[in-house]
Amino acid sequence: MKKQTNKPGMGRLVTYCSVLSALALGNITAAEYPTSEVNTTGLAVYDDKVIVGQLHSVTGTMAISETGSVEAERLAIKQINEMGGILGRQIEIVQEDGASDWPTFAEKAKKLIIQDKVACVFGCWTSASRKAVLPIFEKENNMLYYPTFYEGLEASKNVVYTGQEATQQIIWGLDWAYETLGSRTFYLIGSDYIWPRTSHKIARNHIERVLAKKDPKCKVVGEEYYPLGHTNFRSLINKVKLKKPDLLFTAVVGGSNVAWYKQLKAAGITAAKQDMLTISTTEDELLGIGGENAEGFYASMKYYQSLTNENNIEFVKAFKAEYGEDSVIGDVTQAAYLGPWIWKAAVEKAGSFDIDKIHAAHGGIELPNAPEGYVRVHDTNQHLWSRTKIGKMLADGQFEVVAVSEELIEPDPFPEGYQ
Amino acid sequence: MMNNLQKYSDSSMGKFLFERFFKNKEGVIGFAIIAVILLVLFPVIFSTFRLNMIGKYLCYAFVSLGLVMCWGRAGILSLGQGLFFGLGGYCMAMFLKLEASDPESTKIQTTPGIPDFMDWNQITELPAMWYPFKSLSLTILLILTLPAILAYIMSVFYFKGRVTGVVFAILTQSMVACAWYFIVGNQGLFGGINGITDLKTLKGWDIRTEEAQTTLYFVCCVLLLITILLSRYIMSTRLGRVLVAQRDKEMRVRFSGYSITSFKIFVFCLAGVVSAIGGAMFTLQVGFMSPNLIGIKPSIDMVIFTAVGGRESLLGAVYGALAVNAAKTAFSEAYPNLWTFIYGATFIIIVLFLPKGLAGLYESFFKPQILKLISKFSSKKTEDSDDNLKPTVNDAK
Repeated sequence: MKKQTNKPGMGRLVTYCSVLSALALGNITAAEYPTSEVNTTGLAVYDDKVIVGQLHSVTGTMAISETGSVEAERLAIKQINEMGGILGRQIEIVQEDGASDWPTFAEKAKKLIIQDKVACVFGCWTSASRKAVLPIFEKENNMLYYPTFYEGLEASKNVVYTGQEATQQIIWGLDWAYETLGSRTFYLIGSDYIWPRTSHKIARNHIERVLAKKDPKCKVVGEEYYPLGHTNFRSLINKVKLKKPDLLFTAVVGGSNVAWYKQLKAAGITAAKQDMLTISTTEDELLGIGGENAEGFYASMKYYQSLTNENNIEFVKAFKAEYGEDSVIGDVTQAAYLGPWIWKAAVEKAGSFDIDKIHAAHGGIELPNAPEGYVRVHDTNQHLWSRTKIGKMLADGQFEVVAVSEELIEPDPFPEGYQ
Repeated sequence: MMNNLQKYSDSSMGKFLFERFFKNKEGVIGFAIIAVILLVLFPVIFSTFRLNMIGKYLCYAFVSLGLVMCWGRAGILSLGQGLFFGLGGYCMAMFLKLEASDPESTKIQTTPGIPDFMDWNQITELPAMWYPFKSLSLTILLILTLPAILAYIMSVFYFKGRVTGVVFAILTQSMVACAWYFIVGNQGLFGGINGITDLKTLKGWDIRTEEAQTTLYFVCCVLLLITILLSRYIMSTRLGRVLVAQRDKEMRVRFSGYSITSFKIFVFCLAGVVSAIGGAMFTLQVGFMSPNLIGIKPSIDMVIFTAVGGRESLLGAVYGALAVNAAKTAFSEAYPNLWTFIYGATFIIIVLFLPKGLAGLYESFFKPQILKLISKFSSKKTEDSDDNLKPTVNDAK
């Protein structure tokens, strides 16, 4: 296998794993890891290559959201291959299309795992697609690297969740709004499915149990859900005008976003008059909404394209070199980029591709130089410790980072008292 | 019916049933071929994974069979068959979900013993409408009766009001859209957009193992073959012929004294029940039920399967469902980014060149060849079999 060369722009990624920096920098050859030893369960691992699956929607309504994840995972895999691959083996991708249809996701997951015997799968985006494939991953014992921020209430040993679960995104964000914006009354708005509902359950609990103890004025003045794809928010906007909440806390997804922001602006509700904190609008959505329609509102996420650390600058550069100057990188895209790197670290730590061994190896894996900054895999639940950041939407469709949590926030998919 | 029996009184009961089920030799051969393909050929050449996939396609074939009867034969185009498919699927899923949600395996929930999605939606008690699904026999009964009741309610007003054609098609489509919103909107009751997932066992029998999937495939095949025979039986009775007659000349049949409305309601209910059986088998084989199968798009897909197979042919419906789904899988595995274009182009080609679908291709191209072959081998009975292959006008009297 080819010797590791420190190409410019690769340096940070080469040292991504402090635990195994010696290994990662070293000259790993496949001969040191004979296939018979690193693959005892019949996965598609060969002397010179290893096959992985990629399962996102590249057709249908979700394609617009999932394409970023597809690109980020491919970029990471390409970079890993350029560094010499994984245990001296080049990574090959078998891509399948989930077609924005959950039964199709299940069929394709079966195909990848049973027929192609892939070593792991990078994929899924919506909770519904994850729920559809989860029983298959658990029964066939394979590993899914799932990039989206999601509702929690799940910690499968066959899934690594590289996005944030709901408490990580919400609690610190609400605390920030309470202290910095002085928000006391909250209006919760979301699309009608499991993620916004669970998120708002967590938000309501935090407002009523924690914030209300600090200041009794804290309360939820409204909570509303609209069907996916809903585009008429006028009656909601009237209610907002009537109740005058300090903060609109929103989890509106997909196409509804565009209507929501535009109608807010048309009704004269701009950031100058009304604070809004969203957990669902990333750079990808702002592209459709138009930055000028959302200027000044806030988002609570773990990643923004405009982060100024060196790792991110290099990541953005590499991404744009690969996919064009106009491409934007949202929170999920970056989380998807982490998937292959975490897998690589786990395989190298375990010295094996066996699912049970990499599962055991996941706990404690660190990526010190991830684009979003240092992250660590939780010891038990395969989620990531990460820093939540508040971004202010700008007219050019980017975010200005206005606050970063001091501590890494622990992933807590089953929050006590919030269920 | 009695008249018919008398007509055949000189012949044996066996001959009567033979004619009802197969009509003639060609019918027997056609049925035998599909039985061999499904029960012998596929299990021999395909792995369990592919077999399970074919089992899934066969579930759609149930819907196509229903559509052949109500659309192809009776002229009632329904763009809402997904509703019945989903009804059957959800009934089965609710039963399996209750079995998977025993207090032991759901002990981390706030309320153990109820399905996980209910717990996520702050429901603390099993809703009353879930209680019937604690019993398997009651569930099966509901799978067979609920769609009939729903189809009856849907159709009785429309058909009595003589709503037909495009208007009826649009109404069925709006029903299916309503059902989708109802399920997605009632997350606590039906799991919302996620559907009902993570189904494990049927009366303690793990449906996820390879052996179970093979068994379920055969169960699905046998059910499908039985459904084909029953459909043929029904379509060959006077009822079936009245349906065809009213499709072509509704007024003439009305003036002949037939109450067309009840015939139409019957065939629409029948199509619904058959679709629901497919839905229930789908849940068993795929292991979850999703509102995605109830929407407008899947309902139209199901009409496409039927159109590709040939909307007047029962066997064509099965081949249509198999062919379209196999093509979908093959294209999307080969070209994940482009497959929708190839898929669409295939439909355009079929509509342009094969307006009667695969069955039409068979009728105009293969059948004359086969007939030649048959006449070569049994030179004696040529005239007889030729006679039988023509539509038997005298039966319709």
